[in-house]
Amino acid sequence: METSTEPNVLDNVSFHVNAGEFISIIGPSGSGKSTLFKLITGLEQPTSGEILLNGQHDHNRLGRVGYMPQQDLLMPWRTILKNAALPLELKGVAKNNAHQRVLELLEEFGLKGVEHKYPRDLSGGMKQRVSFLRAVLSGSNILLLDEPFSALDAITRMNMQAWLLEKWEKWKTTILFITHDVEEALFLSDSVFVLSETPVQHLEKINVPLGRPRDFHMIHQPEIIKLKEQLIEQLRWRVTP
Amino acid sequence: MIQKRNSFLAPALLVFILLVTWEIAARFIAIAFILPSPTQVAMKLWELKAILFFVHLPATLLVILTGLLLSIIFGIGIAIWMNGSKIAEKAFYPIIISSQTIPIIALAPIFVLWFGYSLWSKVAVTLLITFFPITVNTYDGLRSSRQEIKELLLTMGASKRDIFFKLQVPSALPHFYSGLKVAVTLSVIGAAIAEWLGAQAGLGFFSRRMMNQFDGAGVFAPIVLLSLVGIALFLMVIALEKITLKWRKTK
Repeated sequence: METSTEPNVLDNVSFHVNAGEFISIIGPSGSGKSTLFKLITGLEQPTSGEILLNGQHDHNRLGRVGYMPQQDLLMPWRTILKNAALPLELKGVAKNNAHQRVLELLEEFGLKGVEHKYPRDLSGGMKQRVSFLRAVLSGSNILLLDEPFSALDAITRMNMQAWLLEKWEKWKTTILFITHDVEEALFLSDSVFVLSETPVQHLEKINVPLGRPRDFHMIHQPEIIKLKEQLIEQLRWRVTP
Repeated sequence: MIQKRNSFLAPALLVFILLVTWEIAARFIAIAFILPSPTQVAMKLWELKAILFFVHLPATLLVILTGLLLSIIFGIGIAIWMNGSKIAEKAFYPIIISSQTIPIIALAPIFVLWFGYSLWSKVAVTLLITFFPITVNTYDGLRSSRQEIKELLLTMGASKRDIFFKLQVPSALPHFYSGLKVAVTLSVIGAAIAEWLGAQAGLGFFSRRMMNQFDGAGVFAPIVLLSLVGIALFLMVIALEKITLKWRKTK
């Protein structure tokens, strides 16, 4: 997989994700995480190699994957209801049906009663939940989450992580989660993909030896702490050559 | 509450002091055709109310509103065109900028030659003076939309049309209103200048006629009205902005 920009950011990177898996991708900045996401969502095309979604090769992947960006990117002029209904609106779902579907999900997302508010009236955690709801409503069975919690404070972040796992276990969607937080990656995922830096490109897959459901005490188990230290060491070594 | 009253009181007091100073100065000088006092202007306004309100004000309003309407249509049209096509941007932008370096007052007599004393000579001046802020602001507004949101919309399968209507237009709206606020105040100036130079009715025309008759208060009375028209238009744009941009309201 390569990108059109020079030099090739991603080269010889190949991986496979099973349906319903929670995968984290971790790597130092400049390791091509965002390029990877742009490729998967279809915003960019690979210069060589191919991308299969649900086992199919499709040149136009736009609209096929639910994408949740790093910043919430809610439109300030739209109410929460209209922001969340955006992917449905773009797919041509009738307004009433679209709004009905959003309203049904709002309570589950802890957003009951805010449908007519504007994004500026909501806290950071709530805005991220709206953004996640919007990604879910794209109707895709693959969700790409790009450092969604990096801007939140520690407590909100922990709550959001637990909440995300709960939702994922319920819906059984495939989640690809970009983060630079090792602990977050270990706590959430089935496996962690570590992107190595240029020039030697490769993606290392590390399975997380934890069962489900997860809770916060699990990350204090000795083997997880060891894994965490090992990962941090690996990433640090790559940042400072 | 007290703060609010103070913020209103300060400008009111200043205007009052200015008016009183003017009144005293005018009475001291006592040459009404050079410097009429505010009370003389107010009395003149009352005296001429029939002809000012029913003949000249409607004539000027027609010029202003027609000019503004055309300006909005042309301004938005060119802004959208420039936003959509690099060639259009390269072609129009320098012309739009240089059109503002032309002294429009100097052009007004030529418009009179072209269009006669009709409505259109005055509309042309108003259009030329108001379309610049509308075009430039709308164009900047269309380009101000966030690239990240555009990419997000694309990942949702949005078309070019979706991106235009759901992202670029709402992003441009606040900028458009900024342009319109400048334009409405300029439109009054444009109309007044045009009428001053060639018209058979209108507040600018009337003011000039009074000038020829050495009627100082008569010169000022229509100017007061012109100023009020400008303020009213400005307030209307603000009201429209508040209604259509509810999300922007600060707490």
